[in-house]
Amino acid sequence: MIEPLRDLLDKRLVFVTGKGGVGKSTVAIALGIAGARAGKRTIVCEVSAQEHTSRVFHRAHVGFHEVEMDENLWAISIDPDESMREYLLIQLKVRAMRDLLVRSRIFSYLAAATPGLRELVTIGKIWELAQPNRKVKKANRYDLVVVDAPATGHGVGFLQTPRTFANIARVGPIKSQAETLERFLLDHRKTGVAIVSLPEEMAVNESAQLERTLAEDVGMAVDRVYMNALYPERFSEGEAKRLRAASENGGAVAAACRAALSERRRAESQREQLARLEELVAAPVRTLPFVFAPELTLEHISALAEAA
Amino acid sequence: MAGIEEILAGKGVCICAGSGGVGKTTTSAAIAAGMAARGRKVAVLTIDPAKRLADSLGLPELGNTERQVDPELFRSLGIDTGGGELWAMMLDAKATFDEVVRRHAPDEETRDRILSNRIYQQLSAALAGSQEYMAMEKLFEIWAEERYDLLVLDTPPSRNALDFLDAPRRLTQFIEGRALQVFMRPTGFGMRVFGRGASVAFGVMRRITGVNLLEDLAEFFQAFSGMVGGFRERARRVNDLLADPGTCFLVVCGPQGEPIEEAVYFHHRLAEAKLPFGGVIVNRVHYESELPEPEPGLAEALAEALGDEDLARRVLANYDDYRALAARDRRNIRHLSRELRAQAVIQVPALDEDVHDLAGLMEINRYLFASDTAERERIAARTATGG
Repeated sequence: MIEPLRDLLDKRLVFVTGKGGVGKSTVAIALGIAGARAGKRTIVCEVSAQEHTSRVFHRAHVGFHEVEMDENLWAISIDPDESMREYLLIQLKVRAMRDLLVRSRIFSYLAAATPGLRELVTIGKIWELAQPNRKVKKANRYDLVVVDAPATGHGVGFLQTPRTFANIARVGPIKSQAETLERFLLDHRKTGVAIVSLPEEMAVNESAQLERTLAEDVGMAVDRVYMNALYPERFSEGEAKRLRAASENGGAVAAACRAALSERRRAESQREQLARLEELVAAPVRTLPFVFAPELTLEHISALAEAA
Repeated sequence: MAGIEEILAGKGVCICAGSGGVGKTTTSAAIAAGMAARGRKVAVLTIDPAKRLADSLGLPELGNTERQVDPELFRSLGIDTGGGELWAMMLDAKATFDEVVRRHAPDEETRDRILSNRIYQQLSAALAGSQEYMAMEKLFEIWAEERYDLLVLDTPPSRNALDFLDAPRRLTQFIEGRALQVFMRPTGFGMRVFGRGASVAFGVMRRITGVNLLEDLAEFFQAFSGMVGGFRERARRVNDLLADPGTCFLVVCGPQGEPIEEAVYFHHRLAEAKLPFGGVIVNRVHYESELPEPEPGLAEALAEALGDEDLARRVLANYDDYRALAARDRRNIRHLSRELRAQAVIQVPALDEDVHDLAGLMEINRYLFASDTAERERIAARTATGG
């Protein structure tokens, strides 16, 4: 296994985060594959019911089940309602009580209406997966849990949920459980964060902002920032001159040379964004190559796992 | 197929929807700038503009109110807006929610109870659909003031473009919902609504949540119950605006398989909800007209022209890579056009550089405002030849 990744894969829990459309799911699956290859029992968690992992592995939808994808690699899609039900099962030892609550209309109305509760039980389930002694009976034990976290719109609401509830609840079981979640999330030996970015100005700005917000508002340090989909630098400055000369004429030769020049301009502007990212974020930056393929397949993502 | 100006003819509201990372903010800004350049008074309501773009438009701090882009910026590009104006504002969901509470609270006491409630303060952003709803609320507020010819709304980044459509329903359900009714009666926690089992259920819930949290929740829901009437009426009017023939939904997406599928699904949902659909804008398309079919013997011709076999090989490999992407884009867009039954699909090419100023927006607008697909193909081919 590639040495520098070890610090991140040695955590029990890794959140892969970033704005929408940057390739979080791809990076999460790649990290999952890297973990499994390193001999760790790894599970990739999705929270948006999009089933990226099962699709990449050509499997049926996994839903709220821990399903083996490959050697050492599992996947689950976390559903807040199922997480809530499971939480109640674990929490209320008296069967009659939990039956009462699960059947209670008041409870389901309240659970659906209470802001942040879905996020809280989702993080609770993620935490449960990462425990050496699972609360769910006869469940698998994992060395590494990789979370394809929800896209950050404004701020970091999702990761902040445990603290918010710990503050609001003041006393009682929710408070102590929210505090347990928060402690685990903030324990940098156990929980890591990777931000995924793109070589575009807005994405770079948002990644830098996200790293700051995570540190200041949540108290989480970022372990790594991935600059995803970076074009190769195929042509040098000297070659660009020759390409420009050859692109003057018409025909296919000129078209091919113009495509090469266009590639060079894009690669150049991306390198500027890479330099900005490296300057703006404190965490080490790693690059992942742009994949020139119609759609990403397991083969491509496995190759990215090598580079991750 | 038609350009943006035709699509937006007679429209007062343009809503740009789509999943994250597809260039929605830039597209919204470009449409607003393009319509302003064509003589309209336009305001764009955005979520989070790229800083450099905001700076270059002379809008370093966009607050929750509109600010005008200096007309001199248009003149410096040689554009005569003919009285058109471009205004921009950045949405602040929390501030808008506070305004909504102030507007709908029946009295000062209710207003203060909500604004000072701990759950409201810390979690109103997590209320299902609140970010999305607040964007529409602000849109409605500005629309009702009738100060602009056109409003362009850049919808909030959400996991899923559909969240936006569901937002008014979800928030109204919350405000009107049973959860509120549970707490409406200060004593006995709504026993009459739910019968005797209710108090037992509350007993169990208290064990899980702790007394304080349940009380705070009760307080939160009770405070909101006073706003039901006004809020319901407002949400109905917001919904009416979305369905108005003067409103136009544009779906923004990228050319890859997944965003295209999402666009198809979103179009389907818009049709189902009987909301006025204007077209799809596909960003970052690799145009095939820039990349003609390689002739036989191209490798040799390249080697000769460049005087370097290794360079020629790399140029050819690069060309093949781009042609593969262009072929994928063409396949996906054909699928999209079929699904939409020939309604407008506007393709904007993958530009070589980030858009970071008005000139960049105008570059995009050559495609957005082109009259048809054939003209866009010509522009792409001309651009590729440096013409």
